[in-house]
Amino acid sequence: MTHSYVDGNALAGPLRELFAVEVTGAVLRCAGCHRTGPLAGLHVYARAPGLVARCPGCQAVMLRLVRTPTRVHLDLSGTLGFAVPLPA
Amino acid sequence: MTAVRSRLLWRVATLVDATAETASARTLAFDVPDWPGHLAGQHVDVRLTADDGYQAQRSYSLAAPADGDRVLLTVQRVSDGEVSPYLTDTIRPGDPVEVRGPVGGWFVWRPDGTAPVLLVAGGSGVVPLAAMVRARRAAGSRVPFRLVHSVRTPADRYYAAELAAPLDGVDVAYVYTRETPDGWPRPPGRIGVADVNTHGWPPDLAPECFVCGPTGFVEAVANMLVALGHDPRHIRTERFGPTGG
Repeated sequence: MTHSYVDGNALAGPLRELFAVEVTGAVLRCAGCHRTGPLAGLHVYARAPGLVARCPGCQAVMLRLVRTPTRVHLDLSGTLGFAVPLPA
Repeated sequence: MTAVRSRLLWRVATLVDATAETASARTLAFDVPDWPGHLAGQHVDVRLTADDGYQAQRSYSLAAPADGDRVLLTVQRVSDGEVSPYLTDTIRPGDPVEVRGPVGGWFVWRPDGTAPVLLVAGGSGVVPLAAMVRARRAAGSRVPFRLVHSVRTPADRYYAAELAAPLDGVDVAYVYTRETPDGWPRPPGRIGVADVNTHGWPPDLAPECFVCGPTGFVEAVANMLVALGHDPRHIRTERFGPTGG
């Protein structure tokens, strides 16, 4: 289905449960096509048991986040780098 | 804002005031004790808990810049949504919800920005962009802004009175997709490259562009901006997609 995704801004709340800093401005490198871009620009599919974020260039899965009542599973195997800007 | 903040907490927010924005959207003012402040463009997550313990949460853009413990949201009703109908139709002043935030830090405008700003909104995507217009005024910024708001009909405009008043340095233009005011020169129709070109800034000025709306709208406008010669690095987008508000 086209346009069934939102963007990485939707990961802001769920990832702030894990990280001490805001990460939607973090720059990620796709393991599939090596494109780099902000986490906010990923295509996020939320109609799944978790959140699945895909590369806007090649559509490879870059990040998966699944929350159960007792733990959070974060799979970054599709991401080669994760550069986080620090506040000035 | 300190460099390292604590992890996010859910806080209790109490509704103080609610006003109808359109037939299907409502602006809600909440009091949130010890609210840490936020930037224009950031969101909050809102969580509702049913009597049986079932929880549903959605993310909403903040509609105004930080003002002490006061947090302003404008919520569009999604007819079969789990959260938005409660916020647009049911909640009364004094009622609590849980909120956490602010979240997001990429789709934000900072009042110390110096580049001209182009804001392009589809429908309720105007909420975070109106927060930027309001933040500009609150900060006394002189940065020139242009806002292009695509709506179905004149009755679907948000903050119509506020945005209709002459705003020093802020130009507001509307694109109507279904029905126009009487005598409107442009026939109703989807936003096109001519609208973005006429009401936007030339790429030479290197404006900061913010585009917010449904996913298809955002894709289309971002592509138009790139085709007009804007640097993709200066185009920030937020798609709210067909999520079940």
